[in-house]
Amino acid sequence: MTSPAPSVVPAPPPKPNALLEYLLRLGDDRLILGHRLSEWCGHGPILEEDIALANVSLDLLGQATILLRMAGEVEGQGRTEDALAYFREATQFRNSQLVELPKGDFAFTIARQFLFDVYDVVLLEALTTSSNTELAAIAAKSLKEARYHVRHSGEWMIKLGDGTEESHRRVQTALDSLWLYTSELFATDAVEDELVRAGVAPDLAGLKPKWEALVRDVLQRATLTASNDVPRPASMRGGRSGAHTEHLGHLLAEMQIVARSHPGATW
Amino acid sequence: MIRRLGAEVRDEVLAVLDTVMDPEVPVLSVRELGIVRDVLVDDRDGVTVVVTPTYSGCPAIQAIERDILTALRDAGFENAKVRTTYSPPWTTDWIPDSARAKLKAYGIAPPGATTPEGGLVQLMRPRQAPACPYCDSRDTEIRSEFGSTACKSVCWCRSCRQPFEEFKAI
Repeated sequence: MTSPAPSVVPAPPPKPNALLEYLLRLGDDRLILGHRLSEWCGHGPILEEDIALANVSLDLLGQATILLRMAGEVEGQGRTEDALAYFREATQFRNSQLVELPKGDFAFTIARQFLFDVYDVVLLEALTTSSNTELAAIAAKSLKEARYHVRHSGEWMIKLGDGTEESHRRVQTALDSLWLYTSELFATDAVEDELVRAGVAPDLAGLKPKWEALVRDVLQRATLTASNDVPRPASMRGGRSGAHTEHLGHLLAEMQIVARSHPGATW
Repeated sequence: MIRRLGAEVRDEVLAVLDTVMDPEVPVLSVRELGIVRDVLVDDRDGVTVVVTPTYSGCPAIQAIERDILTALRDAGFENAKVRTTYSPPWTTDWIPDSARAKLKAYGIAPPGATTPEGGLVQLMRPRQAPACPYCDSRDTEIRSEFGSTACKSVCWCRSCRQPFEEFKAI
């Protein structure tokens, strides 16, 4: 027996809330990168660096908390920042693939951090004039922290690149494998377009030259070379639409297990 | 009972907040740190303290909120509330000179002036190390921009050969 045909055409799925999507992108980048950095806690090459990476991680997690809380409020379904962090599946995360890659060696962590930190400063600077005043305030606060982050990772790029043969080799190798992932940071889609028109988000294409100028300035001083840009096909899906590398699932398994094993627990 | 003016209640609350110390820098009150942004008193004497976190991820903010509520409850403000704001963002420029002197006496170099936001390439310019809070020498270096708490960096004095912390300008 076949089920009766529906008498009315089902309504199209609700249009995804662009602001909600955007806040998840901003929040998830910070949550996932903050988690990756926290993996260094107790494993840093020197004590000062162990503390530094934990500090940057804490800043990013703090920013993620504020952004995901706002995302929950915009969504209006009663989801808290913790619900969004601990009870979503990998395909529901909106972070870029760059931030979910395993931490690798210290050179890899620093190179990834530097590429992200420069992007973060450029993006946050632009977001301080967002037409969404709440988002503009969060950006202004985060920007102060991001300025410390980029000086830290940038100085390390120069130390490692212009250091020993071994440190140069390691950081150049890291840069070569990371470069491909940076194009996703500047990829736009319908969500971005809608928010750019509303004055909420900056046009990412306009930010890329600023990002590249600072990145190349530091790389030159570090005697490192940037890879050539690989054109990104418009059809290529990435983390912003929920397509992730296999690494995100492993990260989430570790990050979410306590909250999922003891739902509602408080301490 | 004669109703008090909102401004009087507000002054009373501020006096209570002067006694609430920052848990990580216990020589400064939450007011001296600039964390308290406002005190609102509604027409039924309901009190809301508006606070702003120093750093986004500062783990002390929850303890600070709890300490504020406890102090106010002890002073008779049973239903006081704490609200968080992020705008304008917290800056060390809000820390008054009197509080800076207390930081120095406690062994923490007080924050310098915040630098105007320059171009991107200027971001990489190394900054001046602070004077040693113990011997006032300028022969110092910044060992790490990140210290035991989010708001401090780790420095070293070459004159008196002491490590010391600096409250970072932000």
